[in-house]
Amino acid sequence: MIASKKNAVVSNRIRDDSSTKVFNAVGYTLVGLVALVCLLPFIFMISGSFSDERMIRLNGYSILPRGFTLEAYSTVFKFPQKILRAYGVSIGITIVGTIIGLFVLTMAAYVISRQDFKYRNKFSFFFYFTTLFNGGMVSTYIFYIQYLHLKDNLLALILPGMLSVFNLLIMRSFVAGIPVALIESAKLDGAGEFTTFIRIILPLCKSGLATIGLFMALHYWNDWYNAMLYINSEAKYPLQYMLYDMLNQAQALARIAAQSGVQVDNLPTNTIKLAMAVVVTGPIILLYPFVQKYFVKGITVGAVKG
Amino acid sequence: MKEHLRNAGKEWSRNRTLFLMILPAVLIVLIFSYLPMSGLILAFKDYRYNMGIFGSPWNGLQNFKFLFASGTGWLITKNTILYNLVNLITSQGLAILIAIVLSEIKIIPFKKATQSMIFFPYFISWVIVGTFVYNIFNYETGLLNSLLTQFGVDAVNVYAMPGVWPLIICIFNAWKWCGYNSVVYIAAITGVDTECHEAAKIDGANIFQRIQHITLPAIRPTIITMLLLNVGRILRGDFEMFYQIVGNNGQLYNATDVIDTYVFRSLTTSGNMGMTAAATLYQSVLCFVIIMVVNTIVRKVDSDNALF
Repeated sequence: MIASKKNAVVSNRIRDDSSTKVFNAVGYTLVGLVALVCLLPFIFMISGSFSDERMIRLNGYSILPRGFTLEAYSTVFKFPQKILRAYGVSIGITIVGTIIGLFVLTMAAYVISRQDFKYRNKFSFFFYFTTLFNGGMVSTYIFYIQYLHLKDNLLALILPGMLSVFNLLIMRSFVAGIPVALIESAKLDGAGEFTTFIRIILPLCKSGLATIGLFMALHYWNDWYNAMLYINSEAKYPLQYMLYDMLNQAQALARIAAQSGVQVDNLPTNTIKLAMAVVVTGPIILLYPFVQKYFVKGITVGAVKG
Repeated sequence: MKEHLRNAGKEWSRNRTLFLMILPAVLIVLIFSYLPMSGLILAFKDYRYNMGIFGSPWNGLQNFKFLFASGTGWLITKNTILYNLVNLITSQGLAILIAIVLSEIKIIPFKKATQSMIFFPYFISWVIVGTFVYNIFNYETGLLNSLLTQFGVDAVNVYAMPGVWPLIICIFNAWKWCGYNSVVYIAAITGVDTECHEAAKIDGANIFQRIQHITLPAIRPTIITMLLLNVGRILRGDFEMFYQIVGNNGQLYNATDVIDTYVFRSLTTSGNMGMTAAATLYQSVLCFVIIMVVNTIVRKVDSDNALF
């Protein structure tokens, strides 16, 4: 009797172990593979940018550079004004948009988080409604150009994306985490609403500011869509759009060359395109290890609040 | 009404600073999101550039008739819905799978490294993803063809094969989003008390039983929320993705055109503006109706999981 019970326990444990083993074998392989697939394109991109163009034409891309050379980068930076100016535009848009947007958004988040503010739900709905219904691409485009005169205006890259409702709702839950007692005691000490916001609320939601600030900065940095719609002059191209424009022209020329059989000289080579892609993505790759945790935090807060 | 105004007046004098503090955000949303909605009336107008949105003459339902009579309306609607459904299932499914596995992994460095790698594509602009797609599939120097020729197989011109693009788009969509979405699910999974798992282990539950009876129920609300959010966008194509992956390859339009790419093309090539506006109005209204209906149903069945 006792022996059989013992047996059952042992077999149970063995069964447990084997199912865990199966799970681990499949799970680790799956996650490892997906991680590899996520990483590989970037490795090919970086290695390709350091490769010799002829070797790539002969043998294709590889994980390590074929015939290591800095030629592509020296070509890209031979006339650095264009790239540096696009960098300047991107950095400017990112900084201005993020700082002003963060301030405006945090003030709004603070107001709709105040339980004693009667209209907070009405205002929340006012913002939320734009995620349910919007004017769509055509009417927005025509309205911005004909009535707001945003054609070829850098404001078209800054203002439309400034107030994401998703960010606003996450910010609200960060602000809502601040004890009401602190706000009330500040009031008792004679601080006005705005002073309370600047002196008490802002310093207390630093992690919220960092998180939402990074979401906004990433959005501005990666935006090319607004530039494509509204910006005409090359001097105002942000980095992403400059890259897109270059690739697009190169592909169009290559297609014409292939169809007509005419040789087109000085097309940007593959390695130059990849070097450009590295130059554009570089800041994100460098900052990623330091900022990743803030994004995880922001998404987690958003997921919990729904 | 009078009562209403008096209340508002009272609130204004009591909380004037709060009103002023929310004002900039309200103005930005009003100007850049609400006012452009007025342009939707273009759907019922014969748009002339020199007359503007409001001056152009009305033409009733002509634009809608053209849109659907030409067959374009049905094609892009079908494409948009099918792509969104397939992308929803594949990317959320993969994200759930990855989140469950990651939360069971005991080797912390492996977990951290893989999670960082899987999350990374979220940070990259679609322009860069577009260069990846081009460098993999282009005929002359693409990665795919150099692999094929190495194995003695003939090179293929993927850009002349519309049939494979739904698969390519689906893969890149999952690739870009599965890290982000898995973070959402991991957040829900880590909310579960570890004692639950310990107790289940002592009771003899194996890992699959624990996942089925503890982890999956725990992320059920999150799954419903994600489904709701995506169903509300079922008629909105991810313009940036489609545009960067497919580009201006006319051969692929039948297989890959969604409402948003169609609208953009008509907008930039000065096509029929009224018809295009009709497409966006139809899209916006239908999206709104779908999300309202679905949310109402969810609220009736399971009120905790409704969006609003």
